[in-house]
Amino acid sequence: MRSAFEIIAAIIVALAAMFMLPRILELFALINATVYVSMAVLALSLALVWGFGGILCFGQAAFFGLGGYAYAVAAINFADTTLAVPVALAVPALVAAALGYVMFFGRISDVYMGAITLTLTLILFNFVNSTAGDQWRIGAAPLGGFNGIPATPPLNFPGDPGNPLPPETIFLVAVFALLLCYILAKLTLRSRFGRICVAIRENERRAELLGYDVRFYKLGIFTLGAAMAGLAGMLFANCVFVSPTMFSLFYSGQIIIWVMVGGLGTLIGPVIGAILLNLLTTWAGTLPDINPSLILGVVLVLAVLMVPKGVLPSLTGGLGRLRPGSGAR
Amino acid sequence: MDIFLAVGFQVLSGIATLFITSLGLAIIFGMMRVINLAHGEFLMLGAYAAILSARAGLNIWLAMLVVAPLVVGVIGLIVERLIIRRLYGRMIDTMLATWGLSLALIGAVTMIFGNTVAGFSAPLGSFAIGGFTASAYALFLIFAAIFMLFGVWIVLRFTSAGLIARGTMQNAEMAAALGVAPERVYAVTFAAGSALSGLAGALIAPFSGVVPTMGTSYIAKAFITVITGGAAMLAGTFSASFLLGAVSTFGTFATTPVFGEVMMLAVAIVLLRLLPQGITGRFFRRAL
Repeated sequence: MRSAFEIIAAIIVALAAMFMLPRILELFALINATVYVSMAVLALSLALVWGFGGILCFGQAAFFGLGGYAYAVAAINFADTTLAVPVALAVPALVAAALGYVMFFGRISDVYMGAITLTLTLILFNFVNSTAGDQWRIGAAPLGGFNGIPATPPLNFPGDPGNPLPPETIFLVAVFALLLCYILAKLTLRSRFGRICVAIRENERRAELLGYDVRFYKLGIFTLGAAMAGLAGMLFANCVFVSPTMFSLFYSGQIIIWVMVGGLGTLIGPVIGAILLNLLTTWAGTLPDINPSLILGVVLVLAVLMVPKGVLPSLTGGLGRLRPGSGAR
Repeated sequence: MDIFLAVGFQVLSGIATLFITSLGLAIIFGMMRVINLAHGEFLMLGAYAAILSARAGLNIWLAMLVVAPLVVGVIGLIVERLIIRRLYGRMIDTMLATWGLSLALIGAVTMIFGNTVAGFSAPLGSFAIGGFTASAYALFLIFAAIFMLFGVWIVLRFTSAGLIARGTMQNAEMAAALGVAPERVYAVTFAAGSALSGLAGALIAPFSGVVPTMGTSYIAKAFITVITGGAAMLAGTFSASFLLGAVSTFGTFATTPVFGEVMMLAVAIVLLRLLPQGITGRFFRRAL
């Protein structure tokens, strides 16, 4: 019941945002809002993987970047974005499946998992940064090295390449994608698969003794999270363009901060955390003497020390723990 | 013949750099099971401490070898007191908190010193290997690495402080029952690890250049080296930096510096699949 209520509430909020914001905001602010929505999708993907799968992935930015690059390269090559969108989901999912196979079937512990996901991000960051020059192209798309691909095409109407979507419509698409991801995550957690994932997070050994193949479930939720991060990358590529910074440690760190501050083990918390913290960093960027990194870092340290459960769950007075079915800690 | 010597020298200096920049992290991880993700920023602070005191007119060797470790050691002591102490036994939380610290330090230093590259040129000039010239400072780095390896080993193996440290590492409760205060041991260990990071930062500064973000290019390599090394901190870090440093330098010669790094990281991932407990999980188990 609670879950259905939350989904309905999310639909109402999303519809309100889709209706109101394009009327209130100017074009520039609306594009910024689209970026924040793509970040919210990214936060949701880590909320699922870390908060419910119990997998601390330091490399969610890798899947974000892969999604963006896959979208840009596919869209340029096909000269149509209809098929580029599934490619943007499939490439990160495949990479995550391969990496997850190495990690989960090798039974690597938490810290080592952190090291490996971090390393993957770093490899990709270094690699993409070094792809300047004409010899680095996939089909018709030059990878562009440090500069990225400024000519990343925006989405067009499905099957109609000559008709690109205006920024207002891309905002609607982004909000709709966020809503879909939220509902999908909710339904996944309600399903048998999701319940087993939460059981594994709570006690891996016990779940294993009950006869579940832990490796398979972890691989599943990790891959799902990667596809979602790829979608976020695709949306981001639509409002800005793809560049190597998408793979940077700064992004990887930020995603973890959003989830941590928003509340580990909730879905809506990280979404709100991502949007609020992005507003905060944008605002901090306009201050003359303050570096946004300083603020983000201090926020993370304080969050870990004072409210390890996350700011939003602490504010709502532990409501999260009472929710049946959400499996919140 | 000369080219082999020259390449061999480069490989050795690559290994030495990796070892120097990983040692502080390894000691903190090996003794306290704390992953200090602000390690890269401790390197950066060490480099700044050296460069600023050298500009203030201090002898450059004094600035690098004395001031940098002292300053960062004190910073480590403060950080342990304010952050790390509250999070013992919560490994993931320490990683997150130190990551936050890392971002905050980058931001703070950028605000104070600006986002520009400061640098000082490598002292000591160069020497010849046959037809090739090599930097004498790189030779100094190799000796510094050897000196640091044996220095830490001697302290841990032959001094009473080292004995207490090893005892606390093996069984903190038993050490406490015998009259040792584990918190104090941890505080000193963290400060010592930080001081080594500061020293490392000052040592690599002539090659790397000094910018607020210089730490980010070392932290991941140091992290993966320590993890690949496994439980025994000295033997593990040494064997891992030997292996990974060699792979990375050979890769750099064969292709480009970027692919050298990519190859090194790929080797580390494969190694962790084969040896999930790191190198010393299987070999050199009884080493320090």
